[in-house]
Amino acid sequence: MIETLGANALVIEDDSNIRRSVRSALEMNGWSVLEAETLASGMAAVAAHHLALAVIDLGLPDGDGVALVRSVRERFQAPIIVLSARAEEHHKVRALDAGADDYVEKPFRVAEFLARVRAHIRRSGATSSAEAVITVGNVEFDPGARLVRKNGSEVRLTRTQYKLFAFLVANAGRVLTHRQLLLGVWGPARVEHGHYLRVYMASLRQKLEDDPARPKLITTETGVGYRLVSG
Amino acid sequence: MTTDARPDPDELVERIRQEARQAGRGRLRIYFGSAAGVGKTYAMLVAARARKAAGTDVVAGVIETHGRAETAAQLAGLELLPRRGIARADRPLLTEFDLDGALARKPALILVDELAHSNVAGSRHPKRWQDVDELLASGIDVWTTLNVQHLETLNDIVGGITGIRVHETLPDTFFDAADEVVLVDTPADELLGRLKAGKVYGEAQAERAAANFFRKGNLMALRELALRRTADRVEDDVQTYRADRSITPVWKTESAILCCIGPGRSAEHVVRSAALLAQQLAVSWHAVYIETPRLQRLAGDARRRILLVVELAEQLGARTAVLPSSDVAAALIDYARDNNLSKVVMGHNRASFWRPAGTLAQQLGQRAADVDLIEIGAPPGTVATTAAGRRADAKPVAANWRPTGYALGLVACGLLTALVVPLEGVLDQANIVMLYLLLVLGVAMRYGRGPAVLCAVVNVVAFDYFLVPPKLSFAVSDVQYVLTFGVMLAVGLIVGQLTAGLRFQARIAVHRERRSHALFEVARDLSAELVVEQVVETAAKAIAREFHAEVRMFVLAEDDRLALVGSTCAGLDAGTARWAFDHAEPAGLGTDTIPGSAWHYLPLKASMRTRGVLALQPESPRLFAVPEQRRQLQTFAALAAIALERVHYVDVAQKATVQIESERLRNSLLSALSHDLRTPLAGLSGLAESLQLTEPPLSGEQKDLCEKLDAAARRMTMQVSNLLDMARIESPEFRLASDWNSIEEIIGSAIRISEWALASRDVTTDVPRDLPLVKCDAVLIERVVVNLLENAAKYTPADACVRIAARVGATELSVSVADNGPGIPAGREKSIFTKFTRGVRESSTSGVGLGLAICKAIVEAHGGRIGAANHAGGGAVVTFSLPLPSEQPQDRPALDAIEEVE
Repeated sequence: MIETLGANALVIEDDSNIRRSVRSALEMNGWSVLEAETLASGMAAVAAHHLALAVIDLGLPDGDGVALVRSVRERFQAPIIVLSARAEEHHKVRALDAGADDYVEKPFRVAEFLARVRAHIRRSGATSSAEAVITVGNVEFDPGARLVRKNGSEVRLTRTQYKLFAFLVANAGRVLTHRQLLLGVWGPARVEHGHYLRVYMASLRQKLEDDPARPKLITTETGVGYRLVSG
Repeated sequence: MTTDARPDPDELVERIRQEARQAGRGRLRIYFGSAAGVGKTYAMLVAARARKAAGTDVVAGVIETHGRAETAAQLAGLELLPRRGIARADRPLLTEFDLDGALARKPALILVDELAHSNVAGSRHPKRWQDVDELLASGIDVWTTLNVQHLETLNDIVGGITGIRVHETLPDTFFDAADEVVLVDTPADELLGRLKAGKVYGEAQAERAAANFFRKGNLMALRELALRRTADRVEDDVQTYRADRSITPVWKTESAILCCIGPGRSAEHVVRSAALLAQQLAVSWHAVYIETPRLQRLAGDARRRILLVVELAEQLGARTAVLPSSDVAAALIDYARDNNLSKVVMGHNRASFWRPAGTLAQQLGQRAADVDLIEIGAPPGTVATTAAGRRADAKPVAANWRPTGYALGLVACGLLTALVVPLEGVLDQANIVMLYLLLVLGVAMRYGRGPAVLCAVVNVVAFDYFLVPPKLSFAVSDVQYVLTFGVMLAVGLIVGQLTAGLRFQARIAVHRERRSHALFEVARDLSAELVVEQVVETAAKAIAREFHAEVRMFVLAEDDRLALVGSTCAGLDAGTARWAFDHAEPAGLGTDTIPGSAWHYLPLKASMRTRGVLALQPESPRLFAVPEQRRQLQTFAALAAIALERVHYVDVAQKATVQIESERLRNSLLSALSHDLRTPLAGLSGLAESLQLTEPPLSGEQKDLCEKLDAAARRMTMQVSNLLDMARIESPEFRLASDWNSIEEIIGSAIRISEWALASRDVTTDVPRDLPLVKCDAVLIERVVVNLLENAAKYTPADACVRIAARVGATELSVSVADNGPGIPAGREKSIFTKFTRGVRESSTSGVGLGLAICKAIVEAHGGRIGAANHAGGGAVVTFSLPLPSEQPQDRPALDAIEEVE
């Protein structure tokens, strides 16, 4: 990717094999990779360099990776992908709430990981005009006209459904936690009402997905949240 | 009344109701009247019928209609509890209220007539009010009736009014503790009218009644008593309510009353009056019996009578004590000072010549001027007690004769005289007198007062006869010798008295010390024991030794059972022991419950709960009549209970420690394995993949090897994951992170995850719209569906069909995964869910057989079921169901409703 040539990516992971795989994959794609093994050295690297991508392991030996996520998010708009162990949903949710964009479970396929990286870079690099029409699959989102079209024909959305969809589109490609969604669409009063989200998500899928039982547009990240698939 | 706002009666009633409900105790309502025939039973029945019509479960436990037609008519329609028959040898069958039947029936409300009735021998409790107490304790509301003359404190007052003494009495404390008292009031004239009309008694009885009990004066006085007593109760309730609300307690700083129980016949009346007084002044009271050495030597009957009076005081609500002492006034004053009692209540004491210090009242007045003295007059009708009667009461038994003392005293006198007479010329008379005096002193010290008096008299006689001129005669020429005689006598008496007192005190002290020592030894021995059996052995031995009794112990075992430790003994009844345990009250010999038993059952109450029951069969049943012995026994029991509890908790602590240790071990093992196994595997996988992507690209064969390496690493990762997940789910502290979820969503994401496994197979879904949300752990249920899908993929050919369906039932939501592959081998439908079992043995497909076991564990943790079968079209179908909560989340928006709102 020409855009990322020479751009700095920080990989913080205590296991050398995983670090090596990620590093070689990124380097093959034109990234300049900085490595760190611990929280402390990671913090130092964040302070010292300008980053265009951060890959952070949550299970670092000397501390919680979430602190690092916060530190990167404070300084850069770069996409943050966290690496987590399986069945640690609460950990992932905390990282996402702290500002991470996506998570990948170990063990992971490097190819898939790269695809995610590309998607996030594309998203963050895209010039987002507030009026521009965004197309995802066979669904079009027209913020200017406040319209949503599927296969060309207009889909009637209620006010809340529209708000929800707009929020998802604005964060396309990123994993949004239940909490972030509830906060963004319904406000702080309903932060605990997970069932609202479920029902509205189901209704949205009914309208926009080809097969609501096997959604391709809005995917479920079980135990964590939802993601609008981008491109 | 102060200027506080009048309490709201409804608030008050509601507060009481709340408290009763919280305590789980039934409510007691007493229909209170002044005499028979005022209509108490009638009123109770009318109200009960109204309650029954309103829907309450009402049972008539025992109703005495006394042949009154109107009352009997009210019984119609009420369920009557059959009475219990008590068979007695060669006597007609007696019937009595069936307490066990009532407890088994457990109605909401039961009617029990005549609260003060004494039960027929052979019943569990001697009195009906004790039966009612047990009914209330088990949560049943009770309505009952009571006449004013049955109240303990009013018993002799009513007896004085009517001239008729009633022997069935009810302790006032029970009456005061009743939740409601309904006064059934009938003016005297009306009652007499009823009597004449034959509505109260039959004709012959009515005539007799009119002449005796039912005189107009009596009826009016009784009515006043009943009214006053009810008014007192209402006042009490109001005071309690106000006291609860005020910041400073109303009467806690008020000093209490001390009632002195004497050996006289009027002691009972004094105790009742003290109880009444305490009630009126609204203070607590103590009752004390000072046992002087003389009283200790009383005959058994008299002593028992006095102890009964002490028990009566305890029943009426006093704190009692029996104190040995030779100085009654001093002991009383000490006790009063120690317990902050400023009023002393006692009976009249006549001054007598032999008590120069004056009556007890006078002594108290002199030695403790700040104490209030209240002397209770003689009870009505007993003024004619003769002096002879009094003396007969207080006559000590000459059981403590010590003939040896007297004989030896005499001998000593004789010896001394024989010694002295020849020495008359040498010794001065004054010195001889000194010698005699010395002898009297010695005899008094050694043998007590009686021998000393005898010795003194004999000495005086001998001295007079042998040494005083004129010799060998009893004439006394010099008046001075009268003084000598007098002094010798006085010395003998005084010293004898002193030493007797001292010896008495010493004996008491030794006795007390021995008791404390026994307690100390038992406590010390028990504190060293670590096992229940040892505790029981030590305690039983100590108690058996101390009380000269057979001892057995029941100990609380697991699942709340009472187990007898050691061998059983004749007459030992496990049922009574269980009763004592359940009610935390003593039963059996010497108590109010099954007093006919040969054993006394004492519950061992520790601080957290009752730990067992101590069964005691003493050689002398009088053990329980003496309050000191009872207290000693209770102390021993308390020590045993504490030791048992300590042993129990040592056990619990050990088990907990072991559990914690093993938990910690398991957790650290799991997390170590988790990290240390998965990470290298992930690394392996990643590296193999990276190898595949290197530049320049690998040759075909190299690529192939790489792929196999990668595939192998992934398989291993899956196995390790399965193993670790199984371990995590099975650990005791595994918790579901349950939340409202849409099963459609879970199925969808499960399919997505299993895509690589399902590959080219044809996957269809059959999930209805608008399924109810189900409460479950989404990640785990997704795992179940993924496992089922991957299983379906593993055991079917590449072009098979897989169908996922969801259905809603009445109480559960079920999901099924069906395929059209070879299906499950016949007979293995259940066993495939067990760990490390696979449908097909030794096949080329990998897997350790944990997938389905994990599904089962997860589904069952949710309270659901899982099962497998072969379906009609050929192929396997695995179905699991999750319980549907009865209500959806309160503010769940319905899908259709969403559309309409906006």
